[in-house]
Amino acid sequence: MASKRIGIESSLGIAEAVKLANVDVIAAYPITPQTHIVEGLAEMVANGDLDAEYIPVESEHSAMSACLGASAVGARTFTSTASQGLILMHEVLMVAASLRLPIVMVVANRALSGPLNIWGDHSDAMIIRDTGWIQIFVENGQQAFDQVLCAFRIAENRDVMLPTIVHIDGFHATHVIEPIYILDKKTVSEFLPPYVHPNPLDPDNPVTMGCFAAPNLYTETRKALDQAVRNSRNIIDETWQSFGTLTGRHYLPIEEYKTDDCDTLLVTMGSFSENAMIAVDRMQKAGKMVGLVRLRLWRPFPTEDVLRAISGAKNVIVLDRHVSLGGPGPVCSEIKAALYPLEKRPQVVGIIGGLGGRDISPENFVSLVELGLEKIKTGQTGEMIMFGVRE
Amino acid sequence: MEALSIYVPKLVTPKEYIASGHRACSGCGEVLAVRYVCKALSRNTIISNATGCMEIISSQLPQTAWEVPWIHTLFENAAAVASGIESGLKARKRKYGYDKEIKVVAMGGDGGTADIGLQALSGAMERGHDFIYVCYDNEAYMNTGIQRSSETPFGASTTTAPSGKVSIGQHTWKKNMAAIAAAHDIPYVATSCSSYPFDIMYKIEKAMKIKGPSYIHILAVCPTGWRCPSNATIRVGRLAVESGVFPIYEIENGKYTLNLDYPKLRPVADYLKSQGRFRHLTEENVAVIQEKVLEEYNRIKTLSHMRKKSK
Repeated sequence: MASKRIGIESSLGIAEAVKLANVDVIAAYPITPQTHIVEGLAEMVANGDLDAEYIPVESEHSAMSACLGASAVGARTFTSTASQGLILMHEVLMVAASLRLPIVMVVANRALSGPLNIWGDHSDAMIIRDTGWIQIFVENGQQAFDQVLCAFRIAENRDVMLPTIVHIDGFHATHVIEPIYILDKKTVSEFLPPYVHPNPLDPDNPVTMGCFAAPNLYTETRKALDQAVRNSRNIIDETWQSFGTLTGRHYLPIEEYKTDDCDTLLVTMGSFSENAMIAVDRMQKAGKMVGLVRLRLWRPFPTEDVLRAISGAKNVIVLDRHVSLGGPGPVCSEIKAALYPLEKRPQVVGIIGGLGGRDISPENFVSLVELGLEKIKTGQTGEMIMFGVRE
Repeated sequence: MEALSIYVPKLVTPKEYIASGHRACSGCGEVLAVRYVCKALSRNTIISNATGCMEIISSQLPQTAWEVPWIHTLFENAAAVASGIESGLKARKRKYGYDKEIKVVAMGGDGGTADIGLQALSGAMERGHDFIYVCYDNEAYMNTGIQRSSETPFGASTTTAPSGKVSIGQHTWKKNMAAIAAAHDIPYVATSCSSYPFDIMYKIEKAMKIKGPSYIHILAVCPTGWRCPSNATIRVGRLAVESGVFPIYEIENGKYTLNLDYPKLRPVADYLKSQGRFRHLTEENVAVIQEKVLEEYNRIKTLSHMRKKSK
């Protein structure tokens, strides 16, 4: 394995990974904070550094629709979007999964209107949760680079054939210039075999894609798709293991940070985990046994891994960067649901924060944990708690 | 219109690319038009179909009527999917030596083309993808039960613009999709009708030879929605053309050619009376429509003559 370490904006690092994956078609529409990724790719295509068709579509709906067409004729296909763009794609995402087209997309997580806000949170990611896409969260540019390559290998595996999203937090992670190990072409081509669709649209073997299903078969098609999403877990594990062996950078569906002997665990997802790690270091130094659990794989949801990581704790504080208006935070409710069958369960409190680009600094995380513990102590875990609201 | 003079059905391939046994209503002009489109396309094609009658009647799991590669995804994106197919094939040809000559075709009804799918169609035409877009226009959302679209003609009664004590029904004029397509400066735009099989096939064959986007707008008679007998499909389509209600023409690189010119058009009343959707119209209403039809027909005729003169 060979790689070189360069200082590069995360977005451009992602573009490098897409180039190394030798994609055939990119269809994209500009939206902040994703745009640097596709600008980088457009430049590579314009300079002949990447041999691909770049389709500058007139909307995200058409971006994902063009991806469907390209992937269905056997082309390796990539797009990137965020926020309103992702929800404009929403209905097309459902079709991409049901047609089992292994499109890879990077989403620069961003808040949703209204009011309009271009900064990061997980609203867009959560709203497309049920579309049948594999959803992987990363914390920084290196992880994004690595996971884009893994995403192609996972998505295109014959036993998976599902579209895959790599979620990176808008601005907080996309616009950071950081040192990234860029793998060489040979290593990538060994890691990532060429994309071969088993039954592409082809006149020599005409297939019909996208039939409609009456009540007598719709349930069966959804069951088959759900099974496919669940089964993808084996290939995800296998891919991350091979990537780890190859590069020394290891990924797991749930990653723990200093959780040994901790009564209290904080659960985060995405780039804020890095601030949370600093907070954990400080709290442990001060004698408070608080550990961190980072959720990397959101779909398929790694229930067993979650239980392994948190079921032994006394207190669990879950940060959600999305507000399900009038209901519980989505990450917290999944974690509570996973824990419910256990006889002895930790106390779980969900806190909403980090919305629309509002930072949660390491100091803030310390206060957030204190707030969570206070709520558990006073038995107010069922409350809607929003962190750092200016009143 | 040389092709129309070839009344030699034997020259047409007996091969069917949309199999019988599909679920179309009897007398469906749309599936008839699509059948001719497919015969002209023959096997080396990939079709991207919008949601609508055509997808419902031809692709109910676990069956399919399609003998060519065919993909249906959503209502408004047939042209965008086609642009992905075309680009995917282009990349595969250039990078991996894929060597099949395939014409990519997007198809949709009037709703999927002129209403909800107009943006995707405009984008695909503007970007210059090498594809044919076929609109089979039955002048309303027939699949969901005869709701008005922007292609519903003035005076027609539909379920969402019904005629009533204080309403004529549709009170807007039919959207001119051929002119909208031509405004994209694409090389080939044409209109046709489900009652003219040779005209449809001639125009599809012509479009297949063109590099870049083509747009073909086919009036497709719908006995169910137009409220006419199912054995009147061909006659009603011919009345639309012979009365000048739906002129058959081509726009090649901006130049108009009226393919079927009737120096003496039939009165529009002949056409309107053939269908229940116009039954409520008064003589005054018919006179208004007659005037508008002549105006539009003469406009196209003038454009067409101007071209002949400039030759």
